[in-house]
Amino acid sequence: MKKMKLFGVVGGVLLASAAFFLTSADHIDAPGVASTTSDIADLYAFEGDNPNNTVLIATVQGPLTPGDVTTNAAFDEDVVIQFNIDNDGDFVEDLVIQAVKRGDSMYVFGPVVPTAVGLTGQIETSGPMRSVRISTSDDVQITTEDGISIFAGPRRDGFFFDFNRFNMVISGAVAPEGFLPPGEASDFFEDLNVLAVSVEVPNAMLGTAPTHVAVAAGLFPEGALPDAYNVWVTTKRKQ
Amino acid sequence: MKTYKFPIYILAICAVLTFVACGNDDDNVIEQVTCDDGIQNGDEEGVDCGGSACVPCVTALDFSGDYVQEDAMGRPGINTVFNDNDADKNDFNVTLHADRAGFAQKFDDRLEFYHDVYAASLNLEADDINYETNILGLDRPTFAFVLANTDALQVAPNGTTTYYDGANALTGRTITDDVIDISLTLMFGGESGTRFDGNNGTPQLTTDGVGFGDRAVGAFPYLETPNN
Repeated sequence: MKKMKLFGVVGGVLLASAAFFLTSADHIDAPGVASTTSDIADLYAFEGDNPNNTVLIATVQGPLTPGDVTTNAAFDEDVVIQFNIDNDGDFVEDLVIQAVKRGDSMYVFGPVVPTAVGLTGQIETSGPMRSVRISTSDDVQITTEDGISIFAGPRRDGFFFDFNRFNMVISGAVAPEGFLPPGEASDFFEDLNVLAVSVEVPNAMLGTAPTHVAVAAGLFPEGALPDAYNVWVTTKRKQ
Repeated sequence: MKTYKFPIYILAICAVLTFVACGNDDDNVIEQVTCDDGIQNGDEEGVDCGGSACVPCVTALDFSGDYVQEDAMGRPGINTVFNDNDADKNDFNVTLHADRAGFAQKFDDRLEFYHDVYAASLNLEADDINYETNILGLDRPTFAFVLANTDALQVAPNGTTTYYDGANALTGRTITDDVIDISLTLMFGGESGTRFDGNNGTPQLTTDGVGFGDRAVGAFPYLETPNN
């Protein structure tokens, strides 16, 4: 009745407009960036298959429906995707890795000390530059050079979430039940894709890791958490 | 004279042979073209670059210009879940960490708002349903501070990298980490992590019921072939 109608409206609108959908995990992000080529969907950071490496993955422009929308999705040459690495716990980037498209390739700069920090910057062409042809849905192009591996192209969206139900939960519309049990819940992102940039970097190139922020803030005792880089991703547009 | 002619004849033959051997590349059969032989050959567009086999030539690429931030992300779902209006969401994406103190209070308010929503829908007093210190021992203001001011993925070069796996917390984010359930548990799970878990008449707020599904994590680049 009221709940069903709400579900129908919300579900119908969202599914119909998936290609233009509010995006980002940062999935479902702010209207200022939603559906633009600078819209970040996700950031992953984890130990690589090689335990001496750290993998950084940024996904953008999600979610993409399969087929033409995925095939036609393209990185924007005016947008640089930047991984920011903080080595001393002040949440100001000490190293950056930048990815920007030119022609049919993604050019990856860094890790390098940025010449400017904060909301504006430049492509750090003084640092090391590597490139990889942008992959399609049917192939995987990888460049491995100096121990760094890079990839850019469409991938299945790794994010999983019952987004429709979430909207009903936070509005109180489905109290007292809340979320649905496994089997009844539905993963909004299951059949969707996203554009991804993956870089795998030897830890030796990422500098020192500071004391874990939660330990530095006194929330956990010393030794409870390992030293850890602070990493975030930003997108910047050429002016 | 005979001996004189012979060397000229030999020279002529050699000249012809030499011409053929050092002639236009297009006329040659190249047995092996490599992208690191220091020669522009095959269908390369420059020395060891371009064409069908080698990395692109970079001589004419322009990387100049000033770039201005439009979006930012550290931990998953922060902007979506904790900023409740469009202006704040847009602002958050272009606010540096050092300037995020104002967002800590908004996030604090939002945490309590979510609990008030459920209180109202259950016809209970808002004061009776409040955020409870979570399994990481974070009270509401501290949790809000951590979310707003330290919004980054902490990733450890040494040790297990995971958002939370029961033993390790906030040391990375893997593709398989269920960041939604982890976040919901930190928001609504209380000290045990099971406060609003659908049991004993409570709403299910600590898991969305959705897992990794039939996805898989492969070798680099780790994310899967696209859905088709």
